[in-house]
Amino acid sequence: MIETQGVSKRYGDVLVVDDVSLSIPKGGFTSIIGPNGAGKSTLLSMISRLTPMSAGTVLVDGMDVTRTPGSVLARRLSILRQDNQTSLRLTVRDLVAFGRFPHSGGRLTAEDMRHVDEAMDYLRLNEYRDRPIDELSGGQRQRAYVAMVMCQDTEYVLLDEPLNNIDMRFAVDMMQLLRRAADEKGKTVVVVLHDINFASCYSDHIIAMRQGKPAYQGTPQQIIRDEVLRDLYEMDIAVHEVNGQRICVYFRMA
Amino acid sequence: MVLTSWRSPALRVLLLGVLALLCMVGFMTVNVQTDWDFILQYRGSRLLALLLTACAIGISTVLFQTITHSRLLTPALMGFDVLYVLVQTLALLVWGGSQLAEWAPSLRFAMQVLVMVALALLLFRLLFSGSVRSLHLMILLGMLAGMLFRELSELGARVLDPSEFGISTGVPQASFRRINTQLLGAAAVALTLGGLLLLRWWRCLDVLSLGRDITINLGVAHGRVVLGIMAVVAILVSVATVLVGPTLFFGLLIANLAYWFTGSQRHCWTLPASVLAGIICLVGGQVLLEHVLASPLPLALVIELAGGLLFIALLMRGVRQ
Repeated sequence: MIETQGVSKRYGDVLVVDDVSLSIPKGGFTSIIGPNGAGKSTLLSMISRLTPMSAGTVLVDGMDVTRTPGSVLARRLSILRQDNQTSLRLTVRDLVAFGRFPHSGGRLTAEDMRHVDEAMDYLRLNEYRDRPIDELSGGQRQRAYVAMVMCQDTEYVLLDEPLNNIDMRFAVDMMQLLRRAADEKGKTVVVVLHDINFASCYSDHIIAMRQGKPAYQGTPQQIIRDEVLRDLYEMDIAVHEVNGQRICVYFRMA
Repeated sequence: MVLTSWRSPALRVLLLGVLALLCMVGFMTVNVQTDWDFILQYRGSRLLALLLTACAIGISTVLFQTITHSRLLTPALMGFDVLYVLVQTLALLVWGGSQLAEWAPSLRFAMQVLVMVALALLLFRLLFSGSVRSLHLMILLGMLAGMLFRELSELGARVLDPSEFGISTGVPQASFRRINTQLLGAAAVALTLGGLLLLRWWRCLDVLSLGRDITINLGVAHGRVVLGIMAVVAILVSVATVLVGPTLFFGLLIANLAYWFTGSQRHCWTLPASVLAGIICLVGGQVLLEHVLASPLPLALVIELAGGLLFIALLMRGVRQ
């Protein structure tokens, strides 16, 4: 379980994340949604020790993320942010293999290679395996980075807007894959999403943030509702049930 | 298996190695007229100094570029070479020339390296804590720091009283023309210690080039490792500066030659390639200028000119992107 206790982040006078105490259950798929500037990404990067907290504590399975050695945490929790290096002269396979670093310390074993191959299969990267990542399209590169995080093989997988820059087919692919990682491998997937329809269709649990605080939490049935979304985004959003999925329609006001 | 393809970095590094070896042989044998004992001693000590310099500048530049995620910034451009010159002058100021002269030169060097490491870490934290985001601003700040350190050390030299100033001018600032062969042993020891220190973080180097966030994600204590590597850089910069004086674009030139020639980002290739490129430029360049072309141009000038042009080219490319 991931627990935040009174977590805040202050940049100068601006409070980006305001005294957040919440818990994310082990297992399943949790999405964090909310308007721009709600503090979603900042919260995620504090949970994953990338950004220091101004106040509060984050516990991952009871381990304080600021005190636990990085190498121990790296075998329990992985994080991928949106803006990654794009100019590396590194093949896809080499990049993905870095995901084994917390386990192998840089010397790859046969077991590590099995994980690398599996992750590349999983993200359909086999045909690009020997291509340098600076020659890939944005979407392909994004999948290569996700493959790296997948072969890190951690209990908790945290992703900040993994659907950025990728087209619909790969967005669906990516969400299916993350869903499968939660269902088949029992991983705890936590994703910051902008597209509320993806959050609605794939999540077990949704955390809706506004102005640095979690405004609503619950299942998609509880969160993906007209009145909740109107309050959250300050616009009219009509929720329709299509094939058992709750779909939000907001593209053109009537 | 690694050697099968012409594109393999291993083969290319091997090629650089052979070329560097040829340059060294040339340096020792071309135009030998007097007796061999003298040549071996005179040229041998200069060759050793050039090799140590190539190692120090090649490794420190690649490391610095890895921790700053830039192919443009180098320790020399950020004013670290001149910082060492300043430390040398300050040592004279604080302890006084007469007292200092009693110390063994290598002990003096060791003290200066320690002070240099402390100051370099301070400067690095000041510049690279994330407050300066623009690359161009960073370069400007580096040049400003370099100018400031140069002025300060000249001021320091003037403040010294005449007798001490005599010592400071009696042991003139080293340069490629006046290589300091007195401290070869101490420089070699410092270089070895720096290398041993680097071994601690050897496996993290490639991870570091993936950027801060991914480095932390993969369990490497980013802040600590970066400072440790910066300490190694400071030691190596001291070694190079005490032997041949401050440079400006030489490191930039050989590091980028190494990236381009190996086509790889792996430190097991780029570090040796950068050192070998340095040896080829320094030793081969010396042979070419002195013996083949019989040119009066100083080698440092030619190298800095080439490096300067590369700097402008890299800057222009960066602007266009």
